[in-house]
Amino acid sequence: MVSSSLRIHELCKHYGDFVALAPTSLDVAKGEFLTLLGPSGSGKTTMLSLIAGLAHPDAGRILIDDTDVTHSPAYARDIGVVFQNYALFPHMTIEDNIAFPLKMRKVADAEARRRTAEALETVHLPHVAKRYPRELSGGQQQRIALARCIVYRPAIILMDEPLGALDKKLRDQMQLEIKRIHRELGTTIVYVTHDQEEAMTMSDRICLMNAGAIEQLGTPQDLYFRPRSVFVADFLGESNLLSATVRGVDGQGLDIVLTAQAAASRAVGNGSRFAAGEPIKVMVRPQNLVVAEAGGGQLSGRIMDVMISGSLTRLYIAPETAGLPQLVAAHPTRSGSAPYEIGQRLSLGWHAADAVAIHDGGI
Amino acid sequence: MGAPLVLLLVLFLVYPVGQLLLLSVYGDNGFTLAPYRQLFASSVYLDVLLITLKISLATTLVCVVAGYPIAYLISVVGKERKATLLFWVLLSFWTSFLVRAFAWIVLLGRNGVINKTLISLGIISSPASLLYNFGSVLVGMVNALLPLAVLTMLSVMENIDRTLPRAAATLGARPGMAFWKIYFPLSLPGVAAAGIMVFVTAIGFFIVPALLGGRRETMITQLIIDQVQQTMNWGFAGAISVLLLVVVLVVFAAYDRLLGLSTMTGASAPRNAAPSRLSGPVQKAGDALLALLGAISDRILLLLPSRRRDRNPDQAGMGLQAFVWTMLLIISAPTILMIPLSFGTGGLNWPPQGFTLHWYETVLNSPLWTQAVLRSLLVGIGTGVLAMLIGTPAAFLLVRSEIPGKAAWLAFILSPIVVPRMIIAVGLFYVFAQMGLVGSAVGLVLGHTVVAVPYVVMTMMAVLRNYDTRLDHAAQSLGARPFATLRYVTFPILGAGMMSSFLFAFATSFDELTIALFATGGLNATLPKQFWDEVTLQVSPAIAAVSTCLFVFMGLLIFVAERLRRRAAAR
Ligand SMILES: Nc1ncnc2c1ncn2[C@@H]1O[C@H](COP(=O)(O)OP(=O)(O)OP(=O)(O)O)[C@@H](O)[C@H]1O
Ligand SMILES: [Mg+2]
Repeated sequence: MVSSSLRIHELCKHYGDFVALAPTSLDVAKGEFLTLLGPSGSGKTTMLSLIAGLAHPDAGRILIDDTDVTHSPAYARDIGVVFQNYALFPHMTIEDNIAFPLKMRKVADAEARRRTAEALETVHLPHVAKRYPRELSGGQQQRIALARCIVYRPAIILMDEPLGALDKKLRDQMQLEIKRIHRELGTTIVYVTHDQEEAMTMSDRICLMNAGAIEQLGTPQDLYFRPRSVFVADFLGESNLLSATVRGVDGQGLDIVLTAQAAASRAVGNGSRFAAGEPIKVMVRPQNLVVAEAGGGQLSGRIMDVMISGSLTRLYIAPETAGLPQLVAAHPTRSGSAPYEIGQRLSLGWHAADAVAIHDGGI
Repeated sequence: MGAPLVLLLVLFLVYPVGQLLLLSVYGDNGFTLAPYRQLFASSVYLDVLLITLKISLATTLVCVVAGYPIAYLISVVGKERKATLLFWVLLSFWTSFLVRAFAWIVLLGRNGVINKTLISLGIISSPASLLYNFGSVLVGMVNALLPLAVLTMLSVMENIDRTLPRAAATLGARPGMAFWKIYFPLSLPGVAAAGIMVFVTAIGFFIVPALLGGRRETMITQLIIDQVQQTMNWGFAGAISVLLLVVVLVVFAAYDRLLGLSTMTGASAPRNAAPSRLSGPVQKAGDALLALLGAISDRILLLLPSRRRDRNPDQAGMGLQAFVWTMLLIISAPTILMIPLSFGTGGLNWPPQGFTLHWYETVLNSPLWTQAVLRSLLVGIGTGVLAMLIGTPAAFLLVRSEIPGKAAWLAFILSPIVVPRMIIAVGLFYVFAQMGLVGSAVGLVLGHTVVAVPYVVMTMMAVLRNYDTRLDHAAQSLGARPFATLRYVTFPILGAGMMSSFLFAFATSFDELTIALFATGGLNATLPKQFWDEVTLQVSPAIAAVSTCLFVFMGLLIFVAERLRRRAAAR
């Protein structure tokens, strides 16, 4: 089982005056599945190209297993790349495509044939060996691209939105397949997507990028439940964000006052330091917003809209207190319960442990 | 809608060429094979054919080999550098063959730049004779056809997915291997298309061998000219035409067998290119050869200082750039050197001396030249208008509706490009003589339209394919009547594309010599014909003055056309 660690140190890249990647450092452990997540143009592809050696950094270093490869050419890095558009060679059969990296490594013919067949087995497509790439469907091409990458057991695999072009069902299937291959081979994988759900389900850690820099790096749970910034809270899943001020900080959490309501309540921190008097945002995820018949709870409001999306029921609620944004609450859909009515009054509340304090980034 | 085009091609392509071919077997006394007996009686004519093939092959080889790096560089550099490089290729492409050939006469002459420079450097002591030999013909031919080769290959290279060589690099291929095993095979359709375009054009060439070659570099089309102009031996001219046509058709047939004609338009993106028809052992040998080339290139690259190997993968190598600019300089410089000479008092000797407008005055005061300019403008505009009127509806038909046998129709419409121009010209001359159209502007416009209309149809088809018809429907649903739709929506969007195909047709006519060669003369000569008559008579600075004017005029035209094209593309 080959697998390497990857270390990026103060790597940066400009295009003219434009900073595509601000000086960035990142460590990926051996065998880890790390996802680069971020909005379009945030520098994900730039980062991958630098790691793969397809673009040259302006400064910084890249180390694979503590060997400096910053200036090594792409062909010498032992990194596999699965390109967004697959980049299968149109003039070669599937077999030849997969055997190409083996040929480049001067693997003997018989051995190359054996490993090619094996790779085709792994992606469940042994019957397409003699075809040309254009004779395959998008999902099949995708799997061949994957096979071409795993056949030579690169120490690190980079994938740039490999599932971007597939429909929902095929995506789900391929996600499982990639996870399975990752488990079986134990290869280090750096994966790019801008689909937050995909990132959450697949990754050991997520590196959320914004405007050419890392916004937050951590496990999916970290990012989801303890976002360091309003941007992270907003980007990963739905969230309710309420303005508040810190009153005091103790071992268990924070005493806060909601700005709109002047009522004291509690919140938990997100791992960073808060000071008394500091303006913050309090984040409550929709599923943690508890709705009840009017009366009690921290707030009350009226239902503006109800959306039932299969497993979840979402309520969009306008608080009666002035100065609060529209809130969203979600709970599993129950059949046979009394239907909600637009305009109905409800009270809203949350557990202190579900209210997360975030530094106010001014959004 | 396609009827006018079909009528035009039947009347002024099929009929005249058919007539000419018929004349070779049907003389005054009925059926005869005499012209063919004459053709094969001695080895004279076959020798000419061999020389023609030799020159054409050499030209093709040099054009493809030298053009490949140029097209490659243009396809990989950034937008602005690309525009610059492309401008020089296009300028050369559009500068009249006559002007370019004439420039080489001056350049290679006894007192030309090259001899003078070599003497002043002390490399030779007396002027070498550089003209009227195989070398000078080859230089002229390559200069004439290199831009065509570059543009043809470029159309394929631009469609090659840039991530493929990068993917190869991540899979462990060194640069040489990535090029030879991935990029090169994908660019082969372009190479093949360029090869056949150059070869077929070269076979039908006469300007360059006539101006730059000696007697031993006579090409087959020159024989046809002699037969028509000197002996009026139609039967024999027909027989030589048949020979020429057979050679061209054999070349096309061989090409089709090997690679398939569909690759010829260069339009077929490599992604859906048919797998090569070369089977089994040939393919294996080809693979092995490419792998070997890759390995060798990589060995060579390893010898270079390591700083070079580690350079930014986004940048093209210095060696490549130097080569490309040298080639562009070689094909542009001769024409540009005409400019100082045309203002000089020292004749066409290098270096230019003094400053005078005398030669320009001579040209302006000569009714022969002024008439020729007027006539060429008239015929050019007429050709542009007629080709648009006939070609646009046909393009509409081919793009918008499903007609049976589309491919065959397209082949028919493109046939004026395939049939050697000389055969069309001689046939037209014969037919025009019967109709009393020789020397008339109408005859010229008709003839030029036949050769320009395929380009118009192709350009307009490309333009129309990119046009979203839903815009028309949207306009109509918003209350625009058909005419208003045309005026406010369709035309403003298609306008730039139409203008550039008009310019294309105009330029084709403006530079056309073959048809004008027979059909005009004296005061009703077109500009290229007048140029030709002068240049075959004597090489004078007045011609340098005309060349300069033509060069500047064409430069402006390309500039305008490029602007229009880009405006159209920006939408
Ligand atoms: N070759 C280039 N020249 C100039 N700017 C570039 C170049 N490549 C990328 N950029 C810019 O750098 C920024 C980051 O690009 P990058 O491709 O890394 O984004 P991304 O995060 O992969 O986005 P997406 O999700 O859309 O793929 C973008 O604003 C892009 O416009
Ligand atoms: Mg990207």
